[in-house]
Amino acid sequence: MPLRLTPALTLLIAFASMAVGGAGPPMPITHLRHWSYEPPVKAMVPAGQNGVDTLVRRRLTELGMKTSPEADRRTLIRRLSFDLLGLPPTPRAVASFEHDPAPDAYEQLVERLLQDPHYGERMAISWLDVVRFADTIGYHSDNGHNIWPYRDWIIRAFNENKRFDRFTLEQVAGDLLPDASQQTRVASAFNRLILSTAETGAQKLDYAARMLTDRVRAVGAAWLGQTTGCAQCHNHKFDPFTTRDFYSLGAFFADLEEPIVALPEDGMRVTTPEQEERLAALDALLAEAKRKPDPTEPHTLEKARKERQLYYESLPKVLVSISMKEKRSVRILPRGNWMDQSGEVVKPALPHFLPRPTIEGRELNRVDLAEWLVSRDNPLTARTVMNRLWKQFFGAGLSRVLDDLGAQGEPPANPALLDWLACEFMESGWDMKHMVRCLVTSRTYRQVSVPTMALLTADPDNRTFARQSRHRLEAELVRDNALAICGLLVRRIGGPSVKPYQPEHYWQNLNDPSKGMTELGFPEREYRTDTGESQYRRGLYVWWQRTALHPAMLAFDAPSREECTAERNRSNIPQQALVMLNDPTFVEAARMFAARILGECRGTARERVTWAWQQALQRDPDAGELRTMHELLAERLAFYRANGAAAELLLMTGFAPTPAALSPAELAAWTHVARVLLNLHETITRS
Amino acid sequence: MNRADKSSDASSAQAVVNRRAFLGRGAQGLGAVALTSLLQPLRVSSAPVPAPGGIRPPPFPPKARRVIWLSMAGGPSHLETFDPKPKLTAMHGQPMPESMTQGQQLAQLQGKKLICFAPQHPFAKFGKNQAEICALFKNIGSVLDEICLVRSMTTDAINHDPAHMFMNTGSQIAGRPSMGAWVTYGLGSEAAELPGFVVLTSLGRGGQNQPIAARQWSSGFLPSRHQGVQLRGKGDPVLYLGNPSGVTREIQGGDIAAINRLNHRHDLQVEDPEIATRIAQYEMAFRMQASVPELMDLSGEGRRTLELYGCQPGDGSFAGNCLVARRLAERGVRFIQLYHKDWDHHSDVKEGIEFKAREIDRACMALIVDLKQRGMIEDTLIIWAGEFSRTPMSQGSNGRDHHNRAMSVWLAGGGIRGGIVHGASDELGYAAVENITTVHDLHATMLHQLGVDHDLFTFKFQGLDAKLSGVEGASVIKAILT
Repeated sequence: MPLRLTPALTLLIAFASMAVGGAGPPMPITHLRHWSYEPPVKAMVPAGQNGVDTLVRRRLTELGMKTSPEADRRTLIRRLSFDLLGLPPTPRAVASFEHDPAPDAYEQLVERLLQDPHYGERMAISWLDVVRFADTIGYHSDNGHNIWPYRDWIIRAFNENKRFDRFTLEQVAGDLLPDASQQTRVASAFNRLILSTAETGAQKLDYAARMLTDRVRAVGAAWLGQTTGCAQCHNHKFDPFTTRDFYSLGAFFADLEEPIVALPEDGMRVTTPEQEERLAALDALLAEAKRKPDPTEPHTLEKARKERQLYYESLPKVLVSISMKEKRSVRILPRGNWMDQSGEVVKPALPHFLPRPTIEGRELNRVDLAEWLVSRDNPLTARTVMNRLWKQFFGAGLSRVLDDLGAQGEPPANPALLDWLACEFMESGWDMKHMVRCLVTSRTYRQVSVPTMALLTADPDNRTFARQSRHRLEAELVRDNALAICGLLVRRIGGPSVKPYQPEHYWQNLNDPSKGMTELGFPEREYRTDTGESQYRRGLYVWWQRTALHPAMLAFDAPSREECTAERNRSNIPQQALVMLNDPTFVEAARMFAARILGECRGTARERVTWAWQQALQRDPDAGELRTMHELLAERLAFYRANGAAAELLLMTGFAPTPAALSPAELAAWTHVARVLLNLHETITRS
Repeated sequence: MNRADKSSDASSAQAVVNRRAFLGRGAQGLGAVALTSLLQPLRVSSAPVPAPGGIRPPPFPPKARRVIWLSMAGGPSHLETFDPKPKLTAMHGQPMPESMTQGQQLAQLQGKKLICFAPQHPFAKFGKNQAEICALFKNIGSVLDEICLVRSMTTDAINHDPAHMFMNTGSQIAGRPSMGAWVTYGLGSEAAELPGFVVLTSLGRGGQNQPIAARQWSSGFLPSRHQGVQLRGKGDPVLYLGNPSGVTREIQGGDIAAINRLNHRHDLQVEDPEIATRIAQYEMAFRMQASVPELMDLSGEGRRTLELYGCQPGDGSFAGNCLVARRLAERGVRFIQLYHKDWDHHSDVKEGIEFKAREIDRACMALIVDLKQRGMIEDTLIIWAGEFSRTPMSQGSNGRDHHNRAMSVWLAGGGIRGGIVHGASDELGYAAVENITTVHDLHATMLHQLGVDHDLFTFKFQGLDAKLSGVEGASVIKAILT
């Protein structure tokens, strides 16, 4: 059996290398032989077989290991629903799948889910992380900027299964395409997702350099799986990426029109022709009022101005890429120092160590960059994207270091498999749904996640994928799951970001109560909690304030999106318990879930607990679970019957009204049953 | 620890066992508290939480066990605090010598006429060595023999946000772990009922309170449990700490017991090591629901203590936060960071500093005196620093711009030599010229006092062995150590 690196062994090696001087000069590395710079090679897979299964089994056979059995249907549909939609299945959907006699019942289920509009929302989350999509500019005053239509474009692109090469092209260069449209320009907002500042005294050269490096890092993270950041100051120590490569890549973006130190502009209106007509009409009215003031109606001008302004403000807008004729000049900054302007001026160029087209007689532009990113000869993009996709469906990447396929990353656990996926992705015409289908219909995906003792010993970290993995839901989905179970979730797709309940004073660090903020050049930030439907939207629509992200999202490891994030933390911390127990969103969810239990299940307490278990976990409770719930219910009923005021208080949390017909004590007691159920580890786990 | 382990963060039982066995540690801490103990009276436990950073035993005998870092946000003027410059007074109103400033980057004064601006307050001599500091800070002066002044600090950044990041994380790039996260990652925590890294903020009354991003106490790429937890002056001291209305502590405990019982049953079926952690974290959350309000309740502090600090319970002042800092230190919290805002004196630095002196002078003295009388100053490292300093040149008629080439910071306790001045700036206070120190040096020195070799304390991230003390190199400031 080949030597495997157990964690202890890894640690031993790390310690040993520390002892011999880990800080010394790096070992010379022969870059050209590094696996991810070689073209992927597609392994032969017998006709009719899923390459995933063939190659996972091939590896297991080499190691003398076996796959795990297939999970039961309830587990499978729960897993698929979370992985493809980010929402739990309904008990009815589970029952119907469990009893579906069709031999391809599973494949049919996958197809239904792939056609579900929530699929695009689920797929968008990790892309929005890796391109650091957020509602605010990020530095210092952290003002809002107009950007949400880009998020909706991403959701739609996944739902329409836009080819990934086109998906790339429109984001990087949607403004430069011969067939540029409003929608491709919305996509080009990608180039505006950087952090920016409006701080007085901030230096343009400094921030121009920051913006450039920010963009190079984004291309490195989202497409290339390369940590380019080091090359800002020096040639990459371990990868062949040079400082010249770094700044030359940055030079592709030197044509973007944008304020360097100032608030961004309003951006492009994303309107329908009717909306544009209405705006034009209001403009005409305003012009008329200006030209010919009516002495009998002194307020006409003001009214026209206000009406026009209100309408204009209500129109969706988005920052887009606009290419300037006069580009900024880009210099190599010695040691990354923006004050040192002695470095050589560079033109846009593709990294020297990777296959690249010969283009002569003109300067390269963002279209060239995008086309290169998704060219058949680029060995990195397909591997990077497939490695991330693998993580979404198997819990960890084939190479676990998602943001670094370079020498300091981790070689893939199954190189043939990653190569096969990359080739299949490109050959399919960069067909994302095809690849998702390929992964989730595999036998490998359908395995149980509960390990045997033998498997735990042989492969504690599940690097062979001889079983499925289990993990806590992502931050957004923890919220979505609770809202879905309690029935409050509003399933509308897209629109402006929303502001759910947030603790008072949470934004206090952004404000100065002693003085008007405008004096210092930033607005007083007051969090205005949304009412109505906006309160119950999915987590991916939550207002993303980069310097003060919603604390419930933060507690569950949603990144602030100040930097591109390929890999989220998956922590388990006390703040998560406090959110699930005490955040009004979850207290209200428990109350509304209790109202559902009482309103929709008219039976004994036992039947009601069973019904509730079905809603949250899509299974029946066992005897022990029933007993625990019975005891809890009895205690809570006794308490709230004796303390009517406490019941009333508990039921006041949240805006959603509960049916008046329910007894407060009973509803309060069931709120605790619902609360316990919503808090269970199993409830927030995809297994 | 390998970077690849971070996402699973103890997701594999076997991995945890291997790691513990290797480091010779038992499986202590998590999940060790029985459910039945949930409702028992709180006690201060000395059971240490294991340190995943594996810095144990430390390569040096540690001098300090904890850090209290006083962040003076906005950029305090060294010229009206700790660095006397009579020559600048003499040159008031005259142009700055071009030889000093030519070709250098300034913030808002870039390209403007540069005029010397005299220190706005008198200085006075304090302590055995008769070091001079601004006379407004006479209380700090009274304990100057405990304090090491460093007048030669420099930093890389001159805008607030990047400068805070540099001071807190050693990098101007967002997303790096803050020093409190590094320290708790490396050393674990001795607080069983509180987070290991706690942050408090207070506002000044001068009206120049710049925003502070939560990333300043983020855990960056380190496991999230090392992130700073902010204790807030208004609302719940910890976010979501309070029970929902109508839920008593007993009911809350009962619900948590039920959750944990069901989770435990589930664990028997699925063998998921995350479940034991989840149970332990619900227990921790429940303990925090009692320990944090108890911590924040200053009503038990004697009148003399309140007078020493010059605060009232619940007033949200810097002084009040200093008192809370002492209580946190007593409870074993490893890294305590206090932000006091409103040092951004682009205009009216004279009046601005008067506000600041009233807000922090007494409190800083009280913290040192109080820790000393409790025998805790020896193993508590106190560091006072802004994110940068201010120009010797005037801005407008009476302010000073951001400046990074000479700043004053001070340290006390935790094996630092008191009563000394280290380094010096030039005669106008423009640039550090003697024993020049950097933020990386400050971090290296802090880690050294905690028993950590900053050069060996690394975490693999994006192909680099990332360090708090940076990749450019740093030196422990040996001259200021006892």
